Amino acid sequence: MSRIYSVKDNSGENRLFLNRVVAAFIAITLLTSGLIVRLVYLQIVGHEHYSSLAKDNSIKIVPLVPTRGIIYDRHGKILAENLPSYSLELTPEKVPDLDGTLSRLQKLLDIPDEKIELYQKLRKRQKWFTSTPLLLNMNNEELAKFAVAMPFFPGVDIQTRLIRHYPYSDLASHVIGYVGRINEAELKDLPIAEYRGSTHIGKLGIEGSYETQLHGKTGYAEIETNVQARLLNTINEKVPDPGANLYLTLDIDLQKTAYDALGTFNGAVVAIEIKTGGVLVFASRPGFDPNPFVVGIANDVFQALQLSENQPLYNRALRGLYPPGSTIKPFIALAGLEYDAISPEHNILCPGYYQIPGVSHQYRDWKKGGHGSVNLNKAITESCDVYFYRLASTLGIDHIHSFLQKLGFGEKTGIDLIGEKAGLLPSREWKRSRKNQAWYPGETLITGIGQGYLQISPLQLARATATLANRGSVVTPFLVNKIATARNTLPGPEIHQQTIPLKPANVNTVIEAMINVVHSPRGTAKGINTNISYQIAGKTGTAQVLGIKQNAKYNENEIDFKFRDHALFIAFAPADDPKIAVAVVVENGGHGGSVAAPIAGQVIKQYLQDNDEHRNP
Amino acid sequence: MNIETRREQFQPPSMLGNILRKLHIDIPLFIGLLLTSLLSIAILYSTGSQETAILIRQAARIGLAFLLMIVLAHIDPYQFKRYSALLFGLGIILLVAVLIMGQIGKGAQRWLELGFFRFQPSEMIKITTPMMIAWYLADQPLPPKAKQLLTAAILILVPTFLIAKQPDLGTALLVASSGAGVLFFAGLSWRFILGIIAALASVTPVIWHFMRGYQRDRVLTLLDPESDPLGRGYHIIQSKIAIGSGGIYGKGWLGSTQSELDFLPESSTDFIFAVFAEEFGLFGSLGLLGLYLLIIGRCLYIATQAQDTYSRLLASSLAFTFFVYVFVNIGMVIGILPVVGIPLPLISYGGTSIVTLLAGFGILMSIHTHRKFLPI
Repeated sequence: MSRIYSVKDNSGENRLFLNRVVAAFIAITLLTSGLIVRLVYLQIVGHEHYSSLAKDNSIKIVPLVPTRGIIYDRHGKILAENLPSYSLELTPEKVPDLDGTLSRLQKLLDIPDEKIELYQKLRKRQKWFTSTPLLLNMNNEELAKFAVAMPFFPGVDIQTRLIRHYPYSDLASHVIGYVGRINEAELKDLPIAEYRGSTHIGKLGIEGSYETQLHGKTGYAEIETNVQARLLNTINEKVPDPGANLYLTLDIDLQKTAYDALGTFNGAVVAIEIKTGGVLVFASRPGFDPNPFVVGIANDVFQALQLSENQPLYNRALRGLYPPGSTIKPFIALAGLEYDAISPEHNILCPGYYQIPGVSHQYRDWKKGGHGSVNLNKAITESCDVYFYRLASTLGIDHIHSFLQKLGFGEKTGIDLIGEKAGLLPSREWKRSRKNQAWYPGETLITGIGQGYLQISPLQLARATATLANRGSVVTPFLVNKIATARNTLPGPEIHQQTIPLKPANVNTVIEAMINVVHSPRGTAKGINTNISYQIAGKTGTAQVLGIKQNAKYNENEIDFKFRDHALFIAFAPADDPKIAVAVVVENGGHGGSVAAPIAGQVIKQYLQDNDEHRNP
Repeated sequence: MNIETRREQFQPPSMLGNILRKLHIDIPLFIGLLLTSLLSIAILYSTGSQETAILIRQAARIGLAFLLMIVLAHIDPYQFKRYSALLFGLGIILLVAVLIMGQIGKGAQRWLELGFFRFQPSEMIKITTPMMIAWYLADQPLPPKAKQLLTAAILILVPTFLIAKQPDLGTALLVASSGAGVLFFAGLSWRFILGIIAALASVTPVIWHFMRGYQRDRVLTLLDPESDPLGRGYHIIQSKIAIGSGGIYGKGWLGSTQSELDFLPESSTDFIFAVFAEEFGLFGSLGLLGLYLLIIGRCLYIATQAQDTYSRLLASSLAFTFFVYVFVNIGMVIGILPVVGIPLPLISYGGTSIVTLLAGFGILMSIHTHRKFLPI
């Protein structure tokens, strides 16, 4: 401070500062007096008024929790509902001898020790005069036993609560999701006023994605209570708005067919109604029973689910990523036609392998010895790899990337479910930025048969199939068809219509070949063409889990089950007027034609039969 | 012969006095702070959460904060002045970092994760802002002219804006008032102060426009608590009932009946004064206000005894900010100010504010105990 000492008027500054301190002190005293006046007003003048509110007859404001909306399938079958459940609850402050009461209850109702311990833990966390559940979900026998003995248990009550119930258990657990207790992390992001009184929140699937609509709006009641917290009088009430009921596009019977058809395999089935984009089947196997999650799943059960090798908690249809294998071929063929890289009649010779000129590596066909002379129709019908190696090589990765991107690969489909994965559609740029490597020609070849970096979800595959069947009108899948509140009914998510310009002749060529896959005697999925009155257009696929060495042989029976190929199948029907598109992925299923195709066949059959019945009863 | 030995010749050293002087502790301030902190534990015990874990955690925080205070008291105020700008700049950088990270992680973010604890840059800025303004004004001729005012205003508004953006309205208010406090004590002209007030009144609609939904709700529920009886208004209604039912003498320690109704998730944090006033009544409330006034008075006294401009501007501003804490918190709990998230200083549960507050008092003690000529 000595630097500019000369321009500073020290004694003047001192005086100024002291003045300010005095002024501050006066201001502080005045403001504090303001607080004191208010305190006097509250604690002396208002004392009687507030005491009466606080003491004998206190006014409490209690939240009135809205009933959660019900979830229905497309035919009105209940997928998620609210059932009354009885729980035994104790208010520790009202129980004269807590330990004694607990041990008497234990004897009366045969309560295991853990539950008593859990109750003791819960009780300590609760605020005073809050009733805390000891037994949840009481059965009739327990209810009857306690009802008789109730007068001997002051402070112990039976409480009725509505708990969420999923009647179809594991059948559609991933898509419906479940509700669970609100955890601390969720509490921070929730609108507190809306969730006062709510204990549960949608965690996954539709329950999570449509939480706001399903929850409804919380109401409240101002009630007058006495010392025992008994209700004396309701002064004012704002009733809650119940949550909206959701009507899904899902067909639970069709879902069951698909889920059962997967049998003991792990895998996923997605079926889409082509005209609307409504998802009919969204199955992921294995599923899990969501009901224990509602009441609080036991830790060891949850651990077992999480650690299970089959990953039952994983929504394969939405988040499972697989190489599409040969199911990508119709799309590559269409790209070839659209970019004029091939003409449908042009024949090439398939000797059973393909070589990039000047490179010794042989890219093998699945059929040893080759398919002979192959045109586009035969290449799809018999799933000739060599034809597509060559086509991919002609097209180049840039064209393949841009065409597949239009069909929605490598991007989220925008379905109204949280947690979707985008998959991976490789490109030169992707490889340079991610791996810092140039793109190799060989990688284009294997992309052409759906191997390599390409990763798709069953939902994306079903969507692309539906878009193909829809002749380029992009199908955007969605699950919620109607949102019905007490006041109005709103449609589900807004769909933006988009169209990929495709030449009709090219689409016809590809569809004809896909019909041959099912209906020609040489088709790879000919097994499913019996006893049907309509035509199915399909394509099989087999995705390698294990890399096979050059010159080595893949023998299904010798390989460990979990390294067996994934079986895939895509299809739509009827081929002349497409209504339903299906994608099936069977993990370690082996061959698309023998394992995956029949599942799609069953789903299509049932859907078309049902819809005929509905039309002409 | 240096000052130290000369002083000892004049003053026969008492043992205790000597030790305390070596510790650089200001006794009246220390006693006031200690009493308040002990009250904090007593009330926390009574808020219904008689979980010892919470009490132990709070006690540990208080202990840590006292330790930090004593450490800071040992540092010569010259060092604070020297590093003012550096610390302020660091704080701003950290604030920006937090804001960017918050945008990446979606939603409000106020802290940096430093392995074993969370560091809130906004807490640090509460002290470094008045340090910065005091440092800047210390070498200027006072009262400040328009140019200095403009610079100071920018230096205050940058951190205020960054914190308001987090969004943490309460802390932003404290930072702004700590900076404004320095300007006031530096002799900002009264005409200017009135002008600012008028200007603020006229930009209120603009501020309203930029407020978040929940911040608007808080202001609205203050004006009409009944409009959201389940949300914020519920707190105000219930805290008034609690305070009013306490009466003159209160219901006695542990006698609060309202705090255990499910009325306040914040009964141990921002709304703890309601529990205090219910249990200790008007007398208790006046006592607590008196204790606060003693602390503030002592701080202002320290400011008047400080020997250079930097020290007295900083000391008086810290005292002023402490009062803002008390006034805004109690004001909101008794329903005369909007509910902004400001804790009751030294009493509310929650670590960071106690540490920052006591760090501030550490600086005050440093200023007082490092004076070169002790009054004899």
